[in-house]
Amino acid sequence: MAQPIEAINDFVVKFANVNGSGSASANALFAKAILRMGVPVSPRNIFPSNIQGLPTWYEVRVSEKGYLGRRGGVDLMVAMNPQTWSEDLAEIEPGGYLFYDSTKPLPKSRFRDDINVIGMPLTAICNDTYTDPRQRQLFKNIIYVGALSALLDIDPGVIAELIGEQYKGKEALLKPNVHALQLGRDYARAKLACPIGLRVKRASAVGDKIFIDGNNAAALGCVYGGATVAAWYPITPSSSMAEAFQRHCRRFRHDPESSKGRYAIIQAEDELASIGIVIGAGWNGSRAFTCTSGPGISLMQEFIGLAYFAEIPAVLFDVQRGGPSTGMPTRTQQSDLLACAYASHGDTKHPLLFPEDPKESFEFAALSFDLADRLQTPVFVMLDLDIGMNERLASPLTWDDSRRYDRGKVMTREDLEAGKEFGRYLDVDGDGIPFRTYPGTHPTRGAYFTRGTTKDRYARYSEAGPDYVDNMERLLKKFETAKAMLPQPLLTPAKYPARFGAIYYGSTGPAMQEALETLAERGIYVNALRVRGFPFQDEVAEFVRSHTKVFVVEQNRDAQLKTLLVNDAGVNPASLIPILHYDGTPITARFITEAVAERVRRLNVQPLRKAAQ
Amino acid sequence: MTYLAKPKLHHPTLPKNKLGFTRRDYEGTISTLCAGCGHDSISAAIIQACFELEIEPHRVAKLSGIGCSSKTPTYFLGASHGFNSVHGRMPSVVTGANLANRELIYLGVSGDGDSASIGLGQFAHCMRRGVNMLYIVENNGVYGLTKGQFSATADRGSKSKKGVANTDASIDMVMLALQLGATFVARGFSGDKEQLVPLIKAAIEHQGAAFIDVISPCVAFNNHPGSTKSYDYVREHNEAVNFLDFMPPRAPITTEYEPGSVQAVMMHDGSTLVLRKLHADYDPHDRIGAMNHLAEHQAKGQVVTGLLYVEREPEDLHANLNTVDAPLNKLGERELCPGSATLEKFNASLR
Repeated sequence: MAQPIEAINDFVVKFANVNGSGSASANALFAKAILRMGVPVSPRNIFPSNIQGLPTWYEVRVSEKGYLGRRGGVDLMVAMNPQTWSEDLAEIEPGGYLFYDSTKPLPKSRFRDDINVIGMPLTAICNDTYTDPRQRQLFKNIIYVGALSALLDIDPGVIAELIGEQYKGKEALLKPNVHALQLGRDYARAKLACPIGLRVKRASAVGDKIFIDGNNAAALGCVYGGATVAAWYPITPSSSMAEAFQRHCRRFRHDPESSKGRYAIIQAEDELASIGIVIGAGWNGSRAFTCTSGPGISLMQEFIGLAYFAEIPAVLFDVQRGGPSTGMPTRTQQSDLLACAYASHGDTKHPLLFPEDPKESFEFAALSFDLADRLQTPVFVMLDLDIGMNERLASPLTWDDSRRYDRGKVMTREDLEAGKEFGRYLDVDGDGIPFRTYPGTHPTRGAYFTRGTTKDRYARYSEAGPDYVDNMERLLKKFETAKAMLPQPLLTPAKYPARFGAIYYGSTGPAMQEALETLAERGIYVNALRVRGFPFQDEVAEFVRSHTKVFVVEQNRDAQLKTLLVNDAGVNPASLIPILHYDGTPITARFITEAVAERVRRLNVQPLRKAAQ
Repeated sequence: MTYLAKPKLHHPTLPKNKLGFTRRDYEGTISTLCAGCGHDSISAAIIQACFELEIEPHRVAKLSGIGCSSKTPTYFLGASHGFNSVHGRMPSVVTGANLANRELIYLGVSGDGDSASIGLGQFAHCMRRGVNMLYIVENNGVYGLTKGQFSATADRGSKSKKGVANTDASIDMVMLALQLGATFVARGFSGDKEQLVPLIKAAIEHQGAAFIDVISPCVAFNNHPGSTKSYDYVREHNEAVNFLDFMPPRAPITTEYEPGSVQAVMMHDGSTLVLRKLHADYDPHDRIGAMNHLAEHQAKGQVVTGLLYVEREPEDLHANLNTVDAPLNKLGERELCPGSATLEKFNASLR
């Protein structure tokens, strides 16, 4: 028997459940209770592409230090699904804990002898207490939350408070939930050894942070950023963003007098229509977006090329999932970078934004509309399932009330009336961005024909080589202009001068930050640069040049960001070492630490601390 | 002579409408389509209709997909913004444009390849959503720009220029529009401007999804014996249910009609559609009756034209979505951004 794990405010609990059994809200209740005790948690839903019956997991990392990435390994498994018993058991760390429903006795051979087994006859308790089968099912979840509160020393008052908030005004539901909670807690205190080695202790590490999922935050960013038209087609993991936008609009976007809405949301017939609607609205001067995932991006390719070439603002949220094809619809990856960066046939490239968490999802969402209007081009916000669909602790969202929307270069009726020269594709000030007019601006001036075919600077159809090249070169210049407008990369310098660098982006952020600390503890010092946009600013290539080797940490098979670095920033490929995690689970700090340490070892470099000794 | 620019000068005595525009002010650049193409007649009918309706040209947005028909918006309303989008996707682009600014007039021009094949889905959903627009399909039953392949509206058994018979069943866009809930449905013939111009006028004024299928013979690839979309065939088999006179609001009805021969339809905006009945029992407010009538006559090889269906008080997409009266593209931070105080409350709810 391994030594039981002892840990306060630093462990991983994983719930193994059956999809559709009502476990999600009970598990979320568990996570929020710990949060209310001032201890950061980062929960992750690991769910199947299914509505009812298949296995689903909920993993809660408890970390007073505030590590929000996935750690890897499980200290306490709440095994509620017989289907996955064996694999769930195997995941428990030696000395870890297994909590299970002991109503039906299991042979000793089904257990491990290096873990601590805690059995509770949940089904029997439910059958004794409730007669309705659905109640038996639902309250079983609350009962185990009650038991866990005793086992882990979670303040029951906090849970009761949360239940109170959840069922405010629904007294009929409130009472039985509190009762079930108490039932589980009383049983555990009477029959089980409480608390176990894993414990939650009140702390003040949460501060003013908020608990929100990235899709929800991005949707609110669209409201703040002035989006008025949204078109979408349901697809996991992006649907909840469209639904959140609808919810926020109902709350914040109705004219108090007429009660009419200052927005239009269309659930389109497919992704082609979604992006078509967005482009039509953008052409006509509204801020518009669609949210989708990889398969949707594939379907939108032709239209994206039109928006690029005809220079129409559009914002696309790609909540990435595992590809290719239908791939892993409910798992996470960062594997659409190339599909988005170079979307559509012919020579095209598009700005991408890489938010790290819900806070940046909100900010980049709002920013993307300014960028799309200013650059008159499609802009992609690259979310992923890990950020999009999991609630995450994040800094509070902020907004500067003096901020004004940047609608870009739009020629007004007054400009036209004053005789300003208008050429739809004419670069008047050297930034590669021309002026546009909204349809219906002026009776005789400013009208032009928008098309996907080639044209001259005055939007006249032209297949003449020089006209074509002139236009394509200007588009390149515009792409160059974009660099200064995108969020700058963020450097985390190592404590000591480092020969190695690491480049990472998006949802890899929390795991990377933790890995950097662990690596430093081992004497491996790495300067880390988090890129937040494409095209890359010159600092990114400079960062690579100033290090012997740079690890590029990503969640895809083909090192897509590395490809972009080589292709677009002119970085020497020999100086880049890909660190790739792409099995559909969120990347962990442990994985990054081990992978980097292994590469460093192979590069035959003595850790700095040892060398100094 | 399509390489010559149109002269801007025109005869000083050309009639002007109330806005002071002549018919020439509603023209575009010179057509690059084949001489005799039905599509050019439709462009001329659109020009005539807009001139007569006294529309400010810049208040129209004209959008199209890809194909011969989709090229035509260049040839009319030169002072309007135009958008030649991608193949079969004009409906979604119009939908978005319309959502952004409900105050413009939206004219979608498409063809049978664009709308009945690659874009059938978008056509269907645009109609069922009730986008306030005029959707014209310039229907010639053939792919012209790629030189003569059958389109999905070609009738089964009709022959290509090379003499090959079409074996696929045809798609009837009018029947689809009726089934999908379009609130104004008509069919015209590019060879009959008298019938077509009032239909276009009434459709533009219609505040909902208006659809006109215009049979428009392709002189290069589909105007031969054996075709059911040739000038000769359509003239011989044209079964008009009615002839329409469009009366703008407050215009006195001066024409004398035989008692019982006309049906006057008062529209929501005050305009009147005076229908000269050709089929005594045809009721243009009966959607199912219209579909039955179409099916019966189609089975006999006849081409039913005229105003087939109109809803007196149509509802459009904006009404269904309950959007504000002001165009969405005119709203700024004040109307759209909830501000920092609200955000602070939102944050508080997430702790």
